[in-house]
Parts: sequence; structure tokens; C-alpha cells
Amino acid sequence: MKKKEVLVLEELLGSNKKIASEIRKKLEDKGILTINFLSSPGAGKTTLLEKIAETLKPDNKMAVIEGDIETERDAERIRAKGIPAWQILTGGACHLEAKMVAKLFPEIPADLDFLFIENVGNLVCPASYDLGENLRCVLLSTPEGDDKPKKYPKAFTTSDCLIITKTDLVPPVSFNLEHAQKEALEINPKLKIFITSALKGSGIDELIEYFLSSLHQLRQENA
Amino acid sequence: MHELSIVANLFEILEEKAKEKKAKKILTVKLKVGSLSGVIPEFLETAFDIYKKETIASKARLVVEKIPLKIQCQKCHTETVKDDFVFICNQCGSRELKTLSGTELLLEKIEMEVS
Repeated sequence: MKKKEVLVLEELLGSNKKIASEIRKKLEDKGILTINFLSSPGAGKTTLLEKIAETLKPDNKMAVIEGDIETERDAERIRAKGIPAWQILTGGACHLEAKMVAKLFPEIPADLDFLFIENVGNLVCPASYDLGENLRCVLLSTPEGDDKPKKYPKAFTTSDCLIITKTDLVPPVSFNLEHAQKEALEINPKLKIFITSALKGSGIDELIEYFLSSLHQLRQENA
Repeated sequence: MHELSIVANLFEILEEKAKEKKAKKILTVKLKVGSLSGVIPEFLETAFDIYKKETIASKARLVVEKIPLKIQCQKCHTETVKDDFVFICNQCGSRELKTLSGTELLLEKIEMEVS
């Protein structure tokens, strides 16, 4: 018997990354912009998606992949808006992985503009998994507190945009909008920030405008 | 707590490498884990010890090298090790920075017993 040292230098999440790249390529070829929503539980991901569904013009088609540990509830809420939705149940796992999204691939209509993926509510683990998205959006709801960006650096540094939700609750929960934005930009200067309230309908048009211009850019690059 | 699922990926690679090199046993597994990798080294160790039972690595030792977040300013070229994740150059205040290390989650090497 002898000892042998083998240099590997392989990424532990390399297999996820590979599947994610394949998903991205296939969706881009169809001209679909994929957006991954990350947040803690109850930050308002589903409500924001409902609002986006209501606000999008009928000529823009969207679909939603819902990730949850249990229940079909979120997918049912989206379907009630007339939007195709698939529910992935992780059965306990705290995040979605690219292979779970890849399984749904045959069912995704080719004529979509936007495919939203609502990740499992968790600000930690989902941040490590590329799902093949073009945009990653992290949601921060005002009741969670304005100190979250630095407490969950991975979620904020890997995101393209920050959506502050439930801003109608700013006064009662003493959320400091300026502080939250400043802190988020300190850990990720490239973050685009949207200040929204799904209840009041504020900030939704700006967000949709951002998604539409990203879609336009993606289609131009793939033309 | 996605460390168990990461360790499951690690074992897929370990088993593949062991087969390729015709190893009898895996003795040491060395990982590089960045401070901005999103995983906690101690949880990886716990998950590794649970997972390794009845595998080719059942007696293996996991060694985790923690890699700090290191950035380089694109304006004044100062390199800084960051422990606060604030992406601002300590020297000149610029926000144009390049991440040099600290995001890795890497299987670096395996020590194995071969016949």
C-alpha cells in the first residue's frame, strides 16, 4: 500500500453550475429572461409576483416556478391570476438546485417573455445555487429591519437587484430606507434598488420597466 | 443548512476520483472555503462525518482551509483583506474593486491509499 496525493481543484458546486449554464443557454435561445427571487420567508415574493402579473401588459407573457418545502399554495395563488405556475416541493431542503428546475424544462412554453423562479424563503442557502437565471433579485421587507444586507452578505453580493418591499410599513416598523440602501450598496455597489409596496402599487412600474429593458437587451445580444 | 447537500456533491467527486485512481481508501480530503462562499466550515465538517460512514472515505479526515475575502482596488491597486464585506477601498475609497479570493468552494486535493 502506498499513499498518493491527487490534485483535483474542482468546484463543489460545479455540477449545479453546469446544469444552470445549460438552462440559461436554452432559455436565452428562446428569448426568455429568467429572474430568480430570493428572500427570507414572508418578505412578499408571491405578493410581488401577483402584482407583477396584474400590472404586466397582456402582450408580455410570464410564468412562475415556485419553490417551497411543502404545500402547493403559492403556485395556486399565481394560477389564480391566469399565469402558468409549477410548484417544486423540496420536502425539507432549504433551497432550489438547478437540476430541480431542469426537470420542469419540457413543460415551459417557448413563447414566454419572463420566467420567474421564486426560491425557498431563506436568505442563506439559495444564494449559493445558480438556477440558470439572468437576473437575481433579493427582496428585503421593511419589518425584517434595515440591517440585513451585511448580515447576509452572500445573498446581497450575488444579486443584481434589491427590491425593498412593504414600504407602506416604514413608519410603524421604523425602517430606515436610506440606511438599508447605503448598506446594500456598500457590499454590492452594482445593485439596482427598487422601493416598492405591492399593497399601494408603488415602485412596480419601475421594476417592470427594468425587467423589460433587461429582456430587450438579452434579445438584442442573442439576435 | 445546505452543507449536507454540498457534502453529497463532494462525495460524488470523491467516489469518481477514487475509482479513476483505483484507490483502496481515502485518507484526507482538503477543501478551500472562502469567507464569502456562503457555507460554514464547521457545518461542512459535521456533515462530512455523518456522510462518510460506510463509504471509501469512512476513516478520512477533512481539512478545510479558510480563505479570506481579498479585493484589489482598480484605481489605486491596493490589495486588502476584508472581514466586513464592505466593498470600498480602504486606501482611496473607490468602489471599483476586483475580488481576488474569498468566494471559492473548492475540492483542492485528496490523499488516498493505492495498491
